[in-house]
Amino acid sequence: MATTTAAPPRRKETLESAVIRFAGDSGDGMQITGSQFTNTTALFGNDIATFPDFPAEIRAPAGTLPGVSGFQIHFGAKDIFTPGDSVDVLIAMNPAALKMNLADLKKGGILVVNVDNFKETDLKKAQVAVSPLEDRSLEGYRLFPVELTKLTRAALKDLGLDAKSMDRCKNFFALGMCYWLYNRTLDATHRWLDEKFGAKPVLAEANKLAMKAGFAYCEATEAFQVTYEVPPAKLAPGVYRNLSGNTALAMGFVVAAQKAKLPLFQGSYPITPASDILHELSMYKEFGVVTFQAEDEIAAITSAIGAAYTGSLAITTTSGPGMALKGEALGLATMVELPLVVVDIQRGGPSTGLPTKTEQADLFQALFGRNSEAPVPVLAASTPGDCFWVALEASRIALKYMVPVILLSDGYLANGAEPWRIPEISELPEIPVTFRTEPAGFRPYEREPHTLARPWAVPGTPGLEHRIGGLEKQDVTGNVNYEPLNHERMVQLRAQKVAGIVQDVPDVVPAGDPDGALLIVGWGSTYGAITAALRSQRATGHRIGHVHLRHLNPLPGNLGEVLKRYKRVLVPELNMGQLVWLLRARYLVDAVSYPKVQGKPFMQAELEAKIQSLRAH
Amino acid sequence: MSATTAPAYTKKDFQTDQEVRWCPGCGDYAILSAVQQVFPELGIPREKFVVVSGIGCSSRFPYYMNTFGFHTIHGRAPAVATGIKIARPDLDVWIATGDGDALSIGGNHTIHMLRRNVGIKVLLFNNKIYGLTKGQYSPTSELGKKAKSTPYGSLDRPFNPLSLALGAEATFVARSVDVFLPHLKAVLKKAAAHKGSAFVEILQNCNIFNDGAWENLTEKELRDDHTIAVEHGQPLVFGKAKDKGIRMSGLELEVVELGKGTTEKDLIVHDERHPNPAYAFLLSRMDASPGFPTPLGVLRAVDAPIYEKQSADQLAAVAAKKGKGDLAKLLRAGDTWEVR
Repeated sequence: MATTTAAPPRRKETLESAVIRFAGDSGDGMQITGSQFTNTTALFGNDIATFPDFPAEIRAPAGTLPGVSGFQIHFGAKDIFTPGDSVDVLIAMNPAALKMNLADLKKGGILVVNVDNFKETDLKKAQVAVSPLEDRSLEGYRLFPVELTKLTRAALKDLGLDAKSMDRCKNFFALGMCYWLYNRTLDATHRWLDEKFGAKPVLAEANKLAMKAGFAYCEATEAFQVTYEVPPAKLAPGVYRNLSGNTALAMGFVVAAQKAKLPLFQGSYPITPASDILHELSMYKEFGVVTFQAEDEIAAITSAIGAAYTGSLAITTTSGPGMALKGEALGLATMVELPLVVVDIQRGGPSTGLPTKTEQADLFQALFGRNSEAPVPVLAASTPGDCFWVALEASRIALKYMVPVILLSDGYLANGAEPWRIPEISELPEIPVTFRTEPAGFRPYEREPHTLARPWAVPGTPGLEHRIGGLEKQDVTGNVNYEPLNHERMVQLRAQKVAGIVQDVPDVVPAGDPDGALLIVGWGSTYGAITAALRSQRATGHRIGHVHLRHLNPLPGNLGEVLKRYKRVLVPELNMGQLVWLLRARYLVDAVSYPKVQGKPFMQAELEAKIQSLRAH
Repeated sequence: MSATTAPAYTKKDFQTDQEVRWCPGCGDYAILSAVQQVFPELGIPREKFVVVSGIGCSSRFPYYMNTFGFHTIHGRAPAVATGIKIARPDLDVWIATGDGDALSIGGNHTIHMLRRNVGIKVLLFNNKIYGLTKGQYSPTSELGKKAKSTPYGSLDRPFNPLSLALGAEATFVARSVDVFLPHLKAVLKKAAAHKGSAFVEILQNCNIFNDGAWENLTEKELRDDHTIAVEHGQPLVFGKAKDKGIRMSGLELEVVELGKGTTEKDLIVHDERHPNPAYAFLLSRMDASPGFPTPLGVLRAVDAPIYEKQSADQLAAVAAKKGKGDLAKLLRAGDTWEVR
């Protein structure tokens, strides 16, 4: 009889890519677990895309279905464009997490379950009658029932922590298991723990021990016969970091202000999913960044207008409901023609809607959500890293044209992360700014002929005392004026100024085929899913192009011509069809809408199926 | 105070070429004139003044002041002004506002500006009516006010602007009257010298929609018995013959007649620097008490940390500790890796 306890020899399988999802209760630390796996994986050199998905409630009752929080990461040796349609490995910390996430696990996928949380009461909270561990419903998966709580406690028993503190470390046991499974090292997470728990070294130690125990558990038990290797991706040369959309925006604005040699002023009121921009910028005081947490959304934008008036690069950051409140002030900024960037991190709506879920349904609000004729340039970021560049571009336009600019991002970009090649300082654009200082001949609404921008004449400049405000202005002098023809001229001038920004908007160059059967037109965070679908569908031999719009107002000058090069035009959007409405109105093109409003990004497979259905016609 | 020496200005230097468009006889003219007389005396270069307003009759004020001026949107002047003052603490920022603008649509901004103690001077023109929209009752109109939108009388209790400002712990709270030019100028000068938010309620007559609203306080025959001009360090004495005073009675104020055994020594000696806003609050409540005079003058003037200064100090302290911001470091913060 062989009674050896040594671990059996294991197979190492090499994969092109893999998808892991950590799912548990809001209090289980799934977002931290996911972020740590992401960071380690990015450092290893994989391309990645992540999808944090958490409830609006901070702590819904523990163990219940509404309390389930998830973090998905797709990583690969190839280009990764989406967080992945389905999951290779699912970590389920309780029955509620299992119930909410099992449908996305691939048949034959790895399922790690914390069996300590499958007691009668846990099942009841998840509204499960019979334990899925016993009813054979998990037979199609490679199930690994692990006593995560018990094993974590055993690993930490010598630290003198109470049970609650020990149980808080069980997510790191699961993280350790995943590190083992994908042949990752623990160093980066060790460093993070040391920094995070600098003041409480025992907690750093506890999490390290739990992680090590998870790693060792896999090594010692015979449960796992295979480990996986996902080799580094072939990214463009350079120095990289892992970057989320909101952090990218914050950095982008700091850089924009530095390049423009202006102080940065942010007026903001906390709102999900935009608050992280305020959190980030409030840390950058050494760059002269002033963050002002205002009493409400209206004060957030109007304080920013005040700062812009005095010569700051002024921004305000919010989400859809906050945008609605800022509408009147945006009209004021349009009337007084001051530079301002308004950031809308879109979420599901209307009203409070789905605060933590993603959507692209504020396009109309951005384009049209003000009283009367108040055109505003609108830009949208397409990936987390792109948020950095769009922040720079939005700032540049605002300052060059003396105009408020709306920058659209969304919950998916805000919280999602990707490897980002860090630009050299020399790659960053210059943002020249001129203040009016000469009193002779100063007229507050005399325009620079090329941009139609009025002069920026800030308080404190001797001889330039003048008055501005929300009442209609007389052309050139800026005095209050109610004459019919002057009003019409001013409405036209404001419109021409915004339309004229097209001179700064690069022509679109379609990805994929430059003409042919189908053009996909997208904007914002659908970039990754459309790109992935385009690649797979072109590989089947069809001529498809993809245009992804960064500038939504004004639209690129050659867009109308590009639309005509294809037999059909498809517009996938996370709304009821807003861009498609605009394209149809503007270019009289019979574009096909593909709307989705589930609070979730597009899956690659959904887009592929839609493309195929159009080909069949 | 600014160290820069300002040129010698006159009232004319603060007048604009814009035709003033208030109704003939409006109290706003007197206020404009008082401000244009006070600004030249402050020793501040003209280009440092910014006059901000919201919407309403009073909010046309910036167009008539030859300074930097910003006529913003309804109720939002305190928020715009806050942005201006935080971004540029060297500017001298004034708000012209009304009872509707500051206390109704902009009530939220008003209280938050005051609690933060942002260095802004607020001139609240209180005429107890909506003028620009032609005669609806306002949040300071007396209960039961019959106006355009309340033909059977208003139902909501009015705000007392001073009580509200004191409730927000404003550090400078004062009141004057449009037609009391020397008093108004003196109060404005004290407001100008205050560091932090200065809140000045100016009782102002709207001769079109609410004429005579302050008659009791302004008519020669009535005013001495109906108002009390409080002065720091002076006992609270009022009346035509200076024969009445205010003293404490338990937790309440009491009007007493001087003589007959009561002397000035029994009266409250006004202390505008009293750290507890409850004292000034008690004075502000005299308005609503029958038999009591309406207080005029500076009710409260105390020193407290100033928001824009704290904001600037924090930036400097962090920069001193971390060193000046370095973009290359910012971009490379956290874990990085190199792809060759």
